[in-house]
Amino acid sequence: MDNANQVDPAKSAELFILHDQVHEPMHDRFLWATMQRRDAEAAAIPEWEELREIASKIKEHTLTHLDHYLEAFEANATKRGAHVHWALDAAEHNEIVFSILKDHGVEEMIKSKSMLQEECQMTPFLQSRGIKVIESDLGERIQQLDGQPPSHIVFPAIHKTRKDVAELFARSVGTDPNNDDPHFLTEVMRNNARPRFLAAGAGMTGGNFAVAETGTFMVCTNEGNADIGASVPPLHIASIGIEKLVPRVEDLGVFLRLLSRSAEGTPLTQYSSHFTGPRKGGELHIVLVDNGRSRRLGMPDFWHSLKCIRCGACMNTCPVYRRSGGLAYGATYSGPIGVILDPTFDEFKYSELPFHSTLCGSCTDVCPVKIDISDQIFKWRRVMAKKGYLPLAKRLSFAVSGHVLGHPEEYHAMEKVAEPAIDYAPHFLLYNRSLNPWGRDRELPQIVKQTFREWYLANRS
Amino acid sequence: MSTFKFSREVILGTIRANVPKQQVEHPQIPVFQHPDRPLKSEFERRLQQAGGASHDVGTMAGAESKLMTLHPGAKVICSAVPEIAGTRRVEKVRDPHELADVDVGIVRARFGVAETGAIWLTQEDLVVDALAVLSQHLIVLLDPDQIVGDMHDAYRRVRLDETSYGCFMMGPSATADVEATLVHGAQGARSLNIFFLPPHSAPPAN
Repeated sequence: MDNANQVDPAKSAELFILHDQVHEPMHDRFLWATMQRRDAEAAAIPEWEELREIASKIKEHTLTHLDHYLEAFEANATKRGAHVHWALDAAEHNEIVFSILKDHGVEEMIKSKSMLQEECQMTPFLQSRGIKVIESDLGERIQQLDGQPPSHIVFPAIHKTRKDVAELFARSVGTDPNNDDPHFLTEVMRNNARPRFLAAGAGMTGGNFAVAETGTFMVCTNEGNADIGASVPPLHIASIGIEKLVPRVEDLGVFLRLLSRSAEGTPLTQYSSHFTGPRKGGELHIVLVDNGRSRRLGMPDFWHSLKCIRCGACMNTCPVYRRSGGLAYGATYSGPIGVILDPTFDEFKYSELPFHSTLCGSCTDVCPVKIDISDQIFKWRRVMAKKGYLPLAKRLSFAVSGHVLGHPEEYHAMEKVAEPAIDYAPHFLLYNRSLNPWGRDRELPQIVKQTFREWYLANRS
Repeated sequence: MSTFKFSREVILGTIRANVPKQQVEHPQIPVFQHPDRPLKSEFERRLQQAGGASHDVGTMAGAESKLMTLHPGAKVICSAVPEIAGTRRVEKVRDPHELADVDVGIVRARFGVAETGAIWLTQEDLVVDALAVLSQHLIVLLDPDQIVGDMHDAYRRVRLDETSYGCFMMGPSATADVEATLVHGAQGARSLNIFFLPPHSAPPAN
């Protein structure tokens, strides 16, 4: 099998871990601290679990009536003076955006963070056609200057140290490489971005939610950068995935209570901004993007992934993500949600991702819209196995365990056989460094002398 | 644009062909009871956590003097409220770019939300949306009797069908993009001070 186009997350994660003694532990620590803040905020709300259930049901309701709500959104947004466009795929999205910018003679555009625009690879497309594109979110700007995609859907540059950022800014904007104070670095980019906001011919945003009953979309940021991009240049273009719809304004109360608490452990982002039609004296274009979403709706095992509100809680809680860094996934979406979204874009390229997981289930437990993430990861493994995308080592071991687990009498025999075998197996087979990099720094649990079945027969029968 | 029209039909057609068979009802959103919620103190605590501050200024004169204490060096004070004149009236601003030099913006919020410490600002309150984010510092007047409990209450009060821009603003602009270190004043306002002051019934100063 030609593996040239397949991403290899385990190998990339290994590079991240071995790079030095600083980056991976820091990454792990920051995201775990975020998770602990999330846990504290969630615990402080008595109705938290009820909210998750309601949010899940609202999304399921919307997705099972998606054609109706999209048409309602289009009608209401149009009534309010917005121009609504439909893009079948990434290429069409980019063409639509380019043609709007071209029609308005825009040479420079400033954008806020949008995972959808990442997914569409919009920035390189526009730049190849002569349009200057500036990221205004600090983390995204750092990644843009470094020529890297975001490594986390909420914290794009979380894998970098302050020293990395100071050196990057020194190279790209000429600041002191030895001043790595985050306050200084933030101020540098504030002052760098201001003139660009004022010079830009257009501002672009994404959209966190789109409300069918009013034709509103909303954008959540902490910096207020989306609001500057929407309120200063004369033209505002928003890219919105078709799964971002909710039926009513009151639904936003449920989602906003969940979103930032899950993402960052704060009650809201600093700015939760609602756009309904163009601002006074401005022009608003909304591009509704499919790019495989309507097809995913028809996948019985996987359509629930369309409920995702992009909070990143599954990434922060994931022991594999925290130690791998987001770039290791080699895809737009990383972490557990990436593992189940990315293969819908390219099954072969991302066939290794479902194995980049311990199936511990923590992602499912924290998901604010109750996506069965770990179950879907397991189901993607089966898809990859059926398609023959497994590397040889995995094919052999899964073939054996698949047969054994399907035959109880053999399983019981294997249990006793495996016990002595595991005494020898770990270091040259199970946790061989080149076959299984996850074995490094980990040890297998102690094998008990008595199997569960022996214990059960002795104590309960 | 005809191909895009075609895309609309393809997307809606694919959705109709693929939509899951189970029909899920829109759930009822209950009213979550939080009896005896101390609205103002909870609002103030949450605002502080978000990096903002609040002041019981009492009177219009109190507001003016607090403004001077907080921002003694301010040259351009752009006001959208009748209570404080400022050095520039936002009603006179023709283009948002004119707000690039504003040191302090002043606006009145319709209401605040205790659960989050956020205030609700609309295009009608700001007159020019960019006042909310181009001003280096913001002062927001808020009637202490206009604080609702949670975000459900908040969404029952907003009228998205009546404004083109509405924002729940929770403290000043912030980022934690460098080593997860919290820094205020990333792109929008560097500081947010709330003045508790009921609207004045006298005609606006010109």
